[in-house]
Amino acid sequence: MTALTTLGDQVTRGAGRLRRYVPVLATLALFLLMFGIGSYRYEGFLHGQVFLNLLIDNGFLLVVAIGMTFVLLSGGIDLSVGAVVALSTMIGASLVEQQNWPPLLAILVVLTLGTVFGLGMGCIIHYFEIQPFIVTLAGMFLARGLCYTISIDSISITDPVFTRMAQARVRFAGLFVSPSVLIALVVLAVAFVVLHYSRLGRTVYAIGGNEQSALLMGLPVAKTKITVYAISGFCSALGGVLLTFYMLSGYGQHALGMELDAIAAVVIGGALLTGGSGYVLGTLLGVLVLGVIQTIISFEGTLSSWWTRIVIGILLFVFIVLQRVIGVRERSALSRLSTRSVTEKPAPPRQEVRT
Amino acid sequence: MAEPAILTMTGISKQFPGVKALDNVDFRLLPGEVHALLGENGAGKSTLIKVLTGVYSIDEGTIALEGAPVRFSGPSQAQQAGISTVFQEVNLCPNLSVAENIFIGREPRRFGAVRWQEVRRRAAELLHRLQLDLDVTARLSDYSIAVQQLVAIARAIDISPKVLILDEPTSSLDSSEVDELFRVMKQLRDEGTAILFVTHFLDQVYEISDRITVLRNGGLVGEFLTRDLPQLELVAKMIGKELEVLEELEEQPGREAAARAHAEPVLEASGLARTGAVAPFDLSVHRGEVVGLAGLLGSGRTELARLLFGADRADHGQIRIGGRPVALRGPGVAMANGVAFCSEDRRAEGLIEDLTVRENIVLALQASRGWTRPLSRRRQDELVEAYLRSLRITPANPELLVRDLSGGNQQKVLLARWLITNPRLLIVDEPTRGIDVGAKAEIQRLVVSLADDGMALLFISAELEEVLRLSHTIGVMRDRRMVATLANDDDVDTERVMRAIAEGAVA
Amino acid sequence: MSGRMGAAVGTVWRHRLFWPVLILVVLLLSNLIFTPSFFSVEMRNGHLYGSLIDIARFGAPLVLVALGMTLVIATGGIDLSVGAVVAISGALACLWISKQPDQNAVVGVLVAVGLALLLSLVLGVWNGFLVAAVGIQPIIATLILMVAGRGLAQLITDGQIITINSSPYKLIGGGYLFGLPFSILLALVMTLLAVLFTRRTALGMLIEAVGSNAEASRLSGIRSRRYTLLVYVFCALCAGIAGLMVSSNVSSADGNKAGLLIELDAILAVVIGGTLLTGGRFSLGGTVVGALIIQALSTTIYTIGVPPQTTLVFKAIVVTVVCLIQSPAFRAKFSRRGRPGRADPPARSVQQKVEVPA
Repeated sequence: MTALTTLGDQVTRGAGRLRRYVPVLATLALFLLMFGIGSYRYEGFLHGQVFLNLLIDNGFLLVVAIGMTFVLLSGGIDLSVGAVVALSTMIGASLVEQQNWPPLLAILVVLTLGTVFGLGMGCIIHYFEIQPFIVTLAGMFLARGLCYTISIDSISITDPVFTRMAQARVRFAGLFVSPSVLIALVVLAVAFVVLHYSRLGRTVYAIGGNEQSALLMGLPVAKTKITVYAISGFCSALGGVLLTFYMLSGYGQHALGMELDAIAAVVIGGALLTGGSGYVLGTLLGVLVLGVIQTIISFEGTLSSWWTRIVIGILLFVFIVLQRVIGVRERSALSRLSTRSVTEKPAPPRQEVRT
Repeated sequence: MAEPAILTMTGISKQFPGVKALDNVDFRLLPGEVHALLGENGAGKSTLIKVLTGVYSIDEGTIALEGAPVRFSGPSQAQQAGISTVFQEVNLCPNLSVAENIFIGREPRRFGAVRWQEVRRRAAELLHRLQLDLDVTARLSDYSIAVQQLVAIARAIDISPKVLILDEPTSSLDSSEVDELFRVMKQLRDEGTAILFVTHFLDQVYEISDRITVLRNGGLVGEFLTRDLPQLELVAKMIGKELEVLEELEEQPGREAAARAHAEPVLEASGLARTGAVAPFDLSVHRGEVVGLAGLLGSGRTELARLLFGADRADHGQIRIGGRPVALRGPGVAMANGVAFCSEDRRAEGLIEDLTVRENIVLALQASRGWTRPLSRRRQDELVEAYLRSLRITPANPELLVRDLSGGNQQKVLLARWLITNPRLLIVDEPTRGIDVGAKAEIQRLVVSLADDGMALLFISAELEEVLRLSHTIGVMRDRRMVATLANDDDVDTERVMRAIAEGAVA
Repeated sequence: MSGRMGAAVGTVWRHRLFWPVLILVVLLLSNLIFTPSFFSVEMRNGHLYGSLIDIARFGAPLVLVALGMTLVIATGGIDLSVGAVVAISGALACLWISKQPDQNAVVGVLVAVGLALLLSLVLGVWNGFLVAAVGIQPIIATLILMVAGRGLAQLITDGQIITINSSPYKLIGGGYLFGLPFSILLALVMTLLAVLFTRRTALGMLIEAVGSNAEASRLSGIRSRRYTLLVYVFCALCAGIAGLMVSSNVSSADGNKAGLLIELDAILAVVIGGTLLTGGRFSLGGTVVGALIIQALSTTIYTIGVPPQTTLVFKAIVVTVVCLIQSPAFRAKFSRRGRPGRADPPARSVQQKVEVPA
């Protein structure tokens, strides 16, 4: 209508909207393809229960990856999640088995501690402007180390509440899932609503897009950044509780390297590691892809478990390069229309304004 | 003067370490006017805006909004009070939709959940009011910078601000986009909004503004009605007259201008251009010649220099150095051909602040030799010692971190970095800005003596006197275009150059 | 006289190695409380023995990895994949040796070492390529190899722990030369090489320039890509040698556990040594001291009788404290009294658009 809409926007725009979903769609296609290959090659693969088992075996990873999604969307990173998961199993087991606390109270304490742990890291990251990478690295050391101050060895759990949770099956239509799956799905639903319908969630995206802008737009950057790490801490603690249900033990060696799986799941799920772009449903797909790789490898029998890592690494590489290519395209589309000042790499998103 | 001002700033001062950024500045804004805030780089425009919107605290002075004193702790508070700001760089989130960018932070909600339909509807309405037809669900980054800028304005006016600050919103727009922006600005002005408009395009000032305030070096030059202030006078007020007298340099280089311009050319650019940065231009610099580039901030001086050095790639035209065509793929190629470039932005593009004075001086020479052929420490010390002495860099301690030096000495360090590479053409961009008078005179003297020794120089400065005093030839830049090339003979004076800057043609 | 003394003390105090060395000395001295014979070094069978020697010996792989990491960090990057490279290199060397008819054949061992280091170099080129040529952020680019590398190592060992019995190979991590543990000598040689490479050539200065201000470096004609590539290759090489050392010491290769978390220890060593994570100035000497501090910490905790796994808690504390001290924001918040107004000016961290002449 006006002069502006004739600037050639429409041409790029349609493509741009589709492009937004390319990574997630690619993941979906990848998952379907892998599941298809599995079904074609192995008897009994194409079964509802095989799919549900993916969730049963990876419910805790899903919860942890959801927390990681928040952090990555905000442009940060949390390396402490695996260690916090382990610490949570440890505290939970110790409280229930050695201190004879009521299970529910123990779980509540674990969840609170996890949240506080994340909150603390968030505060250090924000107020002292230290890179999230190094702060959460210290958090990882701390949480793992604290595990061993509780006990060097594994504490197995015999508490009836925990064992019941471990063995319980929710049945429907001849299939079943564990209660943990339901909890994970509830977390997923809540995360979806928070990310897409709450101010907190939208601010997370805004900060990931451009922290400086978010600040100048008057958004509560400090509060949100800290909250994101608290959420990740909470999710890790909850993931720890679910892992306790699954393993029926607390151990400092649990969830070794889970931070990598969580990051991989989020990235394969289509989120940008630089923040601001991605979907929590993509994270679900990412977790499922990781799960299906494991399942295929176990069905294959002759393939060894380390192929999982290698395949995850290759997928990571493919997705990161894919993102890079999309990113470069977007930027070059912009630079055709603008000057040097815009195409140049923006200054690092440091604080210009005191908060 | 009877109209009641909506915003008054009185006696504002702001001190940064070592710099008085604002010194007792008064400013007022009337409802329903477009008020242009003008000044050269470092004049204090940005600081004034940041002080007004609470990004910086003020040391002295008062701000009153509708008569009541106010003091903001941050942009969001200023916004709540009715002062909206749109910054030069689009300060929106490229990854969010157009609608969300307009409303984020104040989305309509029900039970805490964002009502997306309502957000989209209101965004479309608002844009419609500005006569813009955009897909509000598209990602902001799918649109051009111009459209993004307008979306930023839409965000700013959604709260019906009393005061709208536009900080160089046009610096990356082309003319049709600027027209669109001005249409919106006029509409808002007519609705009673007070608009503070910062720009460095003079045409735009005269096209849109009702009133002008000029700042220079952190001080207030004055407030003027646009229709009472001729362009030439405005340029004079912005640039100011340099009062310090540099006796030794009194003789004009003009007498030799013709001779130098006929020496062998060191660099010839023909039809060189980069889209969005600088329009095609021809320029040649000869042995022993100082070519001065005059023009206001943002007129394309720096952009031109960067093309000659390969810091940015030109997309049109060609360059010949020493008579041979050269493809400037990067600074390394330019350096290999004897071109050196001293950037205007000492801290971001010049100094390596973590390194010592010695290391900073030998850096370019070492870079061109590669890492495997290090300059011996003795050789380094000799070179550095020589330049510390000849450029009178103080303190003359080569092992000091360069960040501990004063601005003038830092500038000399950068000059030394390039001089030891023994360039055929030295490009110096604003070498005398922000340094003390003594150092300034020394650098000017250095330019003259280098040229006398046969070096070709491209000298860029916002100070006309300086350009006139030092250059044999003067290129005049305006709106990213070289509008004139003047031989600096007896007919050329400040006024003539100013006229070229102001009017775009040689009188 | 006393004035000059004061000045001298002041210079020592301000030296960048002062704090790391002080921490190391305090840590070592505190061991005397628990082990009075801690500092005794004795000669047995022509070999040096003692707690100090042990610290250096067990710390040697970390010293190596941290050396490479220092240069990577100096360019403003990071390499998360070193642990994986440690595992891969050890795995390949052990695999090759285990396939030899005579595991004690020197030629076979040399070939194994050569192959392992060659593969490490290839991995380094891969990282460097992703960072310098493709332009992926270092932390992300090296994450790929960090994830896949463990799998690769296990692929090489076929998921087994390869045990070998080769005395020439044993020399690298567990043997002695001139009465000193060979691993210490190796670490020493690599340190000297790294110092020579960076300080006797212009490499060090150019790396520091790139890490400190990439744009200014570009405009000074520094071709930063080649230096970026180079440091990642060097880092992988160091990790490869460390991998040989680790596997040689235990005469076996464990693709899963070898070099686990060593990337984090290495980063920690670099930070303690006084090199900023943001790049720029680096100190190889500081890094070596940092690595020794970490090893001494482990040893101390072990001798005190606290479960060794809790070392992690102390590491967490150390890394937090060091980072806080390095953080300009932290310093500003806690040293405000003396210098009012320092907190809000557009100091180093401000966008470059601020129009205040420096």
